[in-house]
Amino acid sequence: MKIQVHGAPLYAYTSGKPIDPAKPTVVFIHGVLNDHSVWILQSRYFAHHGWNVLAIDLPGQGKSGGQPPESVEHAADTVIALLDALGVDQAALVGHSFGSLIALEAAARAPARASHLALVGTAFPMPVSPALLENSVKAPEKAIHMVNVFSHSTLCPPPSALGPGTWLYGGSRALMRRMLASNAETNVFYTGFKACNDYANGEQAMAAVHCPTLFLVGRHDQMTPPKAAKALAAHARLAKIVEVNAGHALMTEAPDEVLFALRDFLAE
Amino acid sequence: MPGHPDPGFDTLSIHAGAQPDPATGARAVPIHLSTSFVFDSSDHAVSLFNLERSGHVYSRISNPTNAVLEQRVAALEGGIGAIAVASGQAALHLAIATLMGAGGHIVASTALYGGSQNLLHYTLRRFGIETTFVKPGDLDGWRAAIRPNTRLLFGETVGNPGLEVLDIPAVAQIAHDAGLPLLVDSTFTTPYLLKPFDHGADLIYHSATKFLSGHGTVIGGVLVDGGSFDWDQSGKFPELTEPYDGFHNMVFSEESTVGAFLLRARREGLRDFGACMSPHSAWLILQGIETLPLRMERHINNTEKIVRFLAEHPFVARVGHPLLESHPSHTLANKLLKHGAKGAGSVFSFDIKGSREQGKKFIETLRIFSHLANVGDVRSLVIHPASTTHFRMSDEALAGAGIGPGTIRLSIGLEDADDLIDDLKRALKSAEKAGA
Repeated sequence: MKIQVHGAPLYAYTSGKPIDPAKPTVVFIHGVLNDHSVWILQSRYFAHHGWNVLAIDLPGQGKSGGQPPESVEHAADTVIALLDALGVDQAALVGHSFGSLIALEAAARAPARASHLALVGTAFPMPVSPALLENSVKAPEKAIHMVNVFSHSTLCPPPSALGPGTWLYGGSRALMRRMLASNAETNVFYTGFKACNDYANGEQAMAAVHCPTLFLVGRHDQMTPPKAAKALAAHARLAKIVEVNAGHALMTEAPDEVLFALRDFLAE
Repeated sequence: MPGHPDPGFDTLSIHAGAQPDPATGARAVPIHLSTSFVFDSSDHAVSLFNLERSGHVYSRISNPTNAVLEQRVAALEGGIGAIAVASGQAALHLAIATLMGAGGHIVASTALYGGSQNLLHYTLRRFGIETTFVKPGDLDGWRAAIRPNTRLLFGETVGNPGLEVLDIPAVAQIAHDAGLPLLVDSTFTTPYLLKPFDHGADLIYHSATKFLSGHGTVIGGVLVDGGSFDWDQSGKFPELTEPYDGFHNMVFSEESTVGAFLLRARREGLRDFGACMSPHSAWLILQGIETLPLRMERHINNTEKIVRFLAEHPFVARVGHPLLESHPSHTLANKLLKHGAKGAGSVFSFDIKGSREQGKKFIETLRIFSHLANVGDVRSLVIHPASTTHFRMSDEALAGAGIGPGTIRLSIGLEDADDLIDDLKRALKSAEKAGA
């Protein structure tokens, strides 16, 4: 569905279902050059197991209109505004990579609005190398290749988002290319990476979060290594850390483990 | 195995999709000859059927051995995933049936395998899908043949058996300008010689019967999606972008931004048409792919020697391989193929300076070359297309495919090149004498 947020249509995958006020709500927030579809198995599961699901495309990319967020704080405001627009008082916030920082900041800005916070493939700080930032503008295909290689940990993933026979390296690359092409005016590769790199409020935000927090880390993650997530977890009030056998593309490399960790956490 | 930082082609040929079997430690890919797979719980069963979790249910839809093959071919092609099916013909049918129904229209190259030509020209017409054929190099013809109801452009990377090289970048551009995908049959070139996705193709299929398996032992096909075509933006494919009441009103392009085609092809096409591959066949094809780079090198090295030999033989009127400057695709082959014109494959045709009877004498005299209807085997093969693979085609259609009544097709295998040349030399001499 599309919801007007900050004057522009924001797309959210709901598995074709309307928002039911009687059900709890979970918001899934993707990372740089990803979209709602990276959560497809997990989001579809929750949509059919008693939850309202809002797996968004960040503004200015994919199926969403508007301007791409220039900062984590700006994106966090969009998430809170989405809940306002739908009349949702409280939601579980689940974010991956860049999306994990957005979820964190949103939970800190409006602590009463977050029932749970799940940070998947996270790190603070989340520095992006100058070479990658530069290539995201000057040689985006090269940068996509670099990110793709660093995001995957296996040549033999289990049955995944497209079912058995999915080749995750190719799927991730195709999605990154598609997302980059989805905004002809603004390079969402660069704006996303820059927002990650510039975000400075991680520790303060973590301390301001009231709800339980899950850190879901990939054992072989080279983009956001487990130790970087654990450093942030030290600032959380109610932190739980779950490590799964995956790289940075946790949701597709370890779809069941990610699902089980989220399912158990959101049931708490 | 842990992921390679930047896996190369040879590594992917051996490792993509496969790991030691977690249950037994078996290093080679196990053959999972099981129709079905046990659910952990009732909720697991429901979640698998509703695509909330991914896994195997029933081997018509997916199978662990087949999934390794699918990942491996997708990896080698640079695609997002693949579907293994019963034959190359089944792969072509699955692609078409996923994209259109009655009232649909295809623009296809004239230079096609006879079986593909039959499907498009005769059989699909009976189901309300029409095809307009254009010469592969006639770019204006491709453009002009597109109608409002066209849903697909289709050609072979190098045509069978004339080896007309498809100008994939140009034809893809024509397709994309019209909001349409380009499907290519890449059987003759394999991903080792050409990567069609890198040149703009959107969908690829292989008759895995040929070079991928490589040993003449198995029938199979693989359909690969590059994930590049934007079905939403095109607006011509409601099958992929609007609710499908055959699967709980699923909108495939919402479920997967880049994989809508593969989702529907598996969830509808395999489910309903059922042209699945046997896991045993998948294993044989995997075994072949592990040596694909080595075999393709030998195939094209042997072919180059034989093309040069035939081109200089006085009883040979024409050799149809892009290695020769006389071939109309010589320049394009050098531009597109990994090894230049040499990479146009090891299946080619030539004409002898003789009658149809002399042609028969030539084939019957050969000792190493086997007279049969296949290509892409480790063994060298020979056939007379006009009376076999393409026998249903009219003389006009044959000419369009670059085939004459006396054309002989060779598939060069991995034997010693000198022995193959001796065999050809003896057969040419015998044929020449038969006309005296």
